[in-house]
Amino acid sequence: MEWFESGWGLSLVVFLPLIGAVVLLAIPKAEEETQKWTALLFAGASFVLSVLLVFRFDFGEAGMQLGTNVDWITAINSSFHIGVDGISLPLVVLSTFITLLSIIYSWEHWPEPHNPKAFLILILILATGMAGTFVALDLILFFVFFEVVLLPMYFMIGIWGDRDEITIPVFNITTQMRLYASIKFFLFTLFGSAFMLLGFLVLYFKGGRTFDMLELASNGAEGLLGSGLAVWVFAALFLGFAVKVPMFPLHTWLPDAHTAAPTVGSVLLAAILLKLGTYAFVRIAIPILPEQSQNWAPVIAILAVIGIIYASLACLAQTDMKRLIAFSSVGHMGFVMLGIATMTPIGINAAIIGMVAHGVITGLLFFLAGSMSHRYHTREMARLGGNQTLMPIMGAILGFTAMASLGLPGLAGFWGEFMALLAAFSPAAGLSTTLFRTLMVIGAVGTVLAAGYLLWMLQKVNFGEPKDEWAGHEFHDVDIFEKMAWVPMIIAVIAIGIFPRLVFGATNDSVIDLVAKAFGG
Amino acid sequence: MLQLLATANAALLATEEGGHAAEALSDGGLLASMAWLIPVVPMVAAFAIVFYGKRMPYKGWDIAIAVMGFEALYGTALLLAHIANPIAHDFQIEIARIGSMPIEWGWAVDGLSIMMYFLVGVVGFFVFLYAKGYMEGDIRYTWFFASFTLFAGGMLVLVSAPNMIQLIVGWELVGVSSWLLIGHYWEDHANSSAAIKAMITNKVADVGLFVGAIIVSMSVGSFRFSDILHAVETGAAEAPTLARYAFWAGLALFIGAMGKSAQFPLHVWLPDAMAGPTPVSSLMHAATMVTAGVFLVGRMFPFYLTEGFATEVRSVIIIVGALTLFLTGLIALVQDDIKKVLAYSTLSQLGYMTAAMGAGAYTAGLFHLFTHAFFKALLFLGAGSAIHAVHSNNMSDMGGLKKDMPYTYWTFVIGSLALAGIVPFAGFFSKDEILASIRYASGEFSVADGGGSLASIVLVLAISGAFITAFYMARTVFLTFHGEYKGDGHPHESPRIMWVPLVGLAVPSAVIGLINIPGATEVFTKLVGGREIPVLDHHAESFDVAMLLAGLAAALLGIFIGWRIWGPDKETQPARDTFRIPLLYPLLENKYYIDDFYMDGVIRPIRGPVARAINWTNGYVLDFIINGAGLLAMSVGKVVYWFDQRGVDGAINASGAVTGAGGGMLRLLQTGKVQQYAILIFAATVIMVGGLVIWF
Repeated sequence: MEWFESGWGLSLVVFLPLIGAVVLLAIPKAEEETQKWTALLFAGASFVLSVLLVFRFDFGEAGMQLGTNVDWITAINSSFHIGVDGISLPLVVLSTFITLLSIIYSWEHWPEPHNPKAFLILILILATGMAGTFVALDLILFFVFFEVVLLPMYFMIGIWGDRDEITIPVFNITTQMRLYASIKFFLFTLFGSAFMLLGFLVLYFKGGRTFDMLELASNGAEGLLGSGLAVWVFAALFLGFAVKVPMFPLHTWLPDAHTAAPTVGSVLLAAILLKLGTYAFVRIAIPILPEQSQNWAPVIAILAVIGIIYASLACLAQTDMKRLIAFSSVGHMGFVMLGIATMTPIGINAAIIGMVAHGVITGLLFFLAGSMSHRYHTREMARLGGNQTLMPIMGAILGFTAMASLGLPGLAGFWGEFMALLAAFSPAAGLSTTLFRTLMVIGAVGTVLAAGYLLWMLQKVNFGEPKDEWAGHEFHDVDIFEKMAWVPMIIAVIAIGIFPRLVFGATNDSVIDLVAKAFGG
Repeated sequence: MLQLLATANAALLATEEGGHAAEALSDGGLLASMAWLIPVVPMVAAFAIVFYGKRMPYKGWDIAIAVMGFEALYGTALLLAHIANPIAHDFQIEIARIGSMPIEWGWAVDGLSIMMYFLVGVVGFFVFLYAKGYMEGDIRYTWFFASFTLFAGGMLVLVSAPNMIQLIVGWELVGVSSWLLIGHYWEDHANSSAAIKAMITNKVADVGLFVGAIIVSMSVGSFRFSDILHAVETGAAEAPTLARYAFWAGLALFIGAMGKSAQFPLHVWLPDAMAGPTPVSSLMHAATMVTAGVFLVGRMFPFYLTEGFATEVRSVIIIVGALTLFLTGLIALVQDDIKKVLAYSTLSQLGYMTAAMGAGAYTAGLFHLFTHAFFKALLFLGAGSAIHAVHSNNMSDMGGLKKDMPYTYWTFVIGSLALAGIVPFAGFFSKDEILASIRYASGEFSVADGGGSLASIVLVLAISGAFITAFYMARTVFLTFHGEYKGDGHPHESPRIMWVPLVGLAVPSAVIGLINIPGATEVFTKLVGGREIPVLDHHAESFDVAMLLAGLAAALLGIFIGWRIWGPDKETQPARDTFRIPLLYPLLENKYYIDDFYMDGVIRPIRGPVARAINWTNGYVLDFIINGAGLLAMSVGKVVYWFDQRGVDGAINASGAVTGAGGGMLRLLQTGKVQQYAILIFAATVIMVGGLVIWF
């Protein structure tokens, strides 16, 4: 197994889906069964190998493992440096897990205009980009993976997205939802990425002529930059990451993109893509620019908490179920960012478990919203109602997932929220306790609003008598592919809720190590 | 053998180190170390009922009643063991570590938790027994027992908690299962709204619980109650962080308690919770859920009692308790729905318990919780029996049920006498202890200046409360069981499966007060006092004769006036019930307009204008900037496109061929003009980088 541990295993996890995508290209368009099985095979293999990584992972060791470091673009001293530690491991597994489930779910649920081949290729390219971002330890490599996810998602939204006509307020331009949302998503993210790249380049030129994240951190690149420049570098990185998270007020691409995307697109977007930003804060911003991170922490924390309250209030005004879930993501990511902004081991641990939990829970919510709108041909909550009577199993799963999403203790979502608030009580030395404690209380109020919008959503969608317009309709309750995709997620939500060591066991040592190295604790 | 001895010795030493307090405490042996079954069994059973209940001979009720039987037996066994030899031991299993703080599941086996195990088990058993008859033919019979078992299980998770995290877990499980049960008939919008009201009100209070738990845990550096209370025991000088934040932590935790224990002004959810089936109301108002808040204060009691910590919060607690017991008791007077009368009565009794806790009387407060659980469960089940017979909740449809429903009648009378506090029924002793402690506190109240006079005012309210309690219970008994029958059809006594639990609960309602007679028996004092860290509260060594007479006189007067108004002269009884006092009646009828204020002053504005304003901001302000910038970029892009058409076309075709999986992508690429923006932005980046590098 030495080959596996010396970087090949990790590389296979990352690149198997991409190979699968190439193989798919060669399969004739008509042979849909073959395409599906091929995609499943490659995604499945990637998932199995990522689980194998967990078994090969040394949990007593805080540093990078199972990786490799070979020359790549020698001209700019950029290398193919990959590896996992306790922080990235859960996220790698999450991304291969959700990818696999997305393919299983897709089996019989193809959005218009069909074309499974193209759709599967995009999922597989996305998978490589997502997993790659979590293992890259070189800034250029990271940037490549980070950008690789952009195009497939753009196409997914733009081609398979919602075809309803919308009118953009103020400008009065009428266009299709999918077109507006996809371009908005693309440009917004690209805008952020440009600044991020800018930051990376300055780090390279002024921080010791290396793109290696670990070297940049240990060489004290921040000191080499000088504080005047470091502020701007952090600002650039912040923009790039914050758009992806997304943080208030850079979040407005998200509700449109999620609402317009096809079901699997929304799931991948919510479950994995948002984590790229938060992960980058933990992996890049804090270790390489610890002082600036600390200077910016109050700003991040304030924006995070504004995001929590703002998104929850916006949720209360939504009439579209999918859009409501989309806005709720902004709120949940607010808790993750609050955890990170405390710059403490507890807060960063909370952030990572929050990412994993949000990935599974909100992913499941988008699956449900997709399946329901597929059956009802509407996402308007006012027209739904009585779903519990029409589709009891679907209703029950929706109820369960909504409870998980509101942070019910004993389920996965609780740990991230509660521990982030806990960390805010005593943020890292040098941060204002008064500010963070105030934010803690406001954040806790956010949990009330979250309970409000989710319970009212359930009341509108699940409870009451079915509307007259559905009289005589036969609704097919949860089918086998949906069950196969959802049951593992439900199990994960319960398992992490009851036994959070599944995540904390991996993250804690690495997080303590990361914080100690960054802030010399 | 030697090794075994050494291990045993080490274990013994560990216990001595851990439980250094009272010398007579034991670790409870096997009975205690297996007590994890108490919370785990019902949680597992709830899921078993969901998945397998329908295949069982009694559709899942059999699993549920077996579980509650187990709980009752285990609780009783622990109780007896504890009385014989006090047990105080925590068991913890680490489930994760965050930073340096361990997160643990566990189970506490000490006087306080054992009292609750016993209470939930025994009262729960009778209620579950009754529920079989009451719920017969329900549309979601199996589901009901699954969520009901989850409800009891959540409460047991809560009371077994040896640390803050598990307490919160149980706390929220109780909340969510109450939401399921209150909204059991969710076809009706009003029921699901009542369920949401309960959950949201509790969530508001949970902000307090979360904040309080966070402050306390972070100040001590541990989630364990034993560590927190040890820190309290060592004194403010040794635990300066905890002492500094003690007031806010204590207040926040009490706000949490106010939610579950439905204290004024967070009481509004409890009367609406009547939307659930009657067995739910019965358990919710007696042994589970509403007791959680008082339990929490009890668990943290040394924190509220020890000088230098949260002692000042006790003035808040006693005021809240006094207001609750008085104001909600009055509302009970004007209710026609028999369950609503009992609901407001529960609020009022919870006010007594809270006031007692505020007065520093741990034992008295918990004793009332204990006795109240029996007679309030009994009263609800009795009311359910009457409702079952006449198919209406309204007392104006009842009357004269005495002769048709003898078991229901006599047990209901016992429950009412216990609630009213008539000697020698259970409520008499517990209420008397509370009055005595408040009086004691009025002399000794050590809080701030003026604490004594505060307690004196509370005492007046508490004695008036005793009168009000007896008065509305007399009204209820006379309107329901005496006079002429006013409903339709012929009411019959409920089946045996329903009246047996009534009798089963009537016995303790009648006699259980005798276990704690001041100066004579002190079973209960020793029971709840058997904790690792002793609770140095005040409990009376002998009767406070003045209070005893005052309380009893108030109760008897209430019953007498009630009898004068609603008792004799059957024919004119309903007419007299329609008598309305101007001003006061509308105030009570509308529940002091508190619900209206929350609804029209808070909830509707937030759900309506505020939420819409945020949504508008999102679409018309933030997106306006984004769309404007986007459109600007697009027009710039058009200019570039015009110059660069040919080259870019080549790029489009090339990338289209590579991804080439469908015509859709090509088309999108051509219409989207995305590459142009990409090139623009990247060009800008490169220029900026160049500029910066040169600049620095």
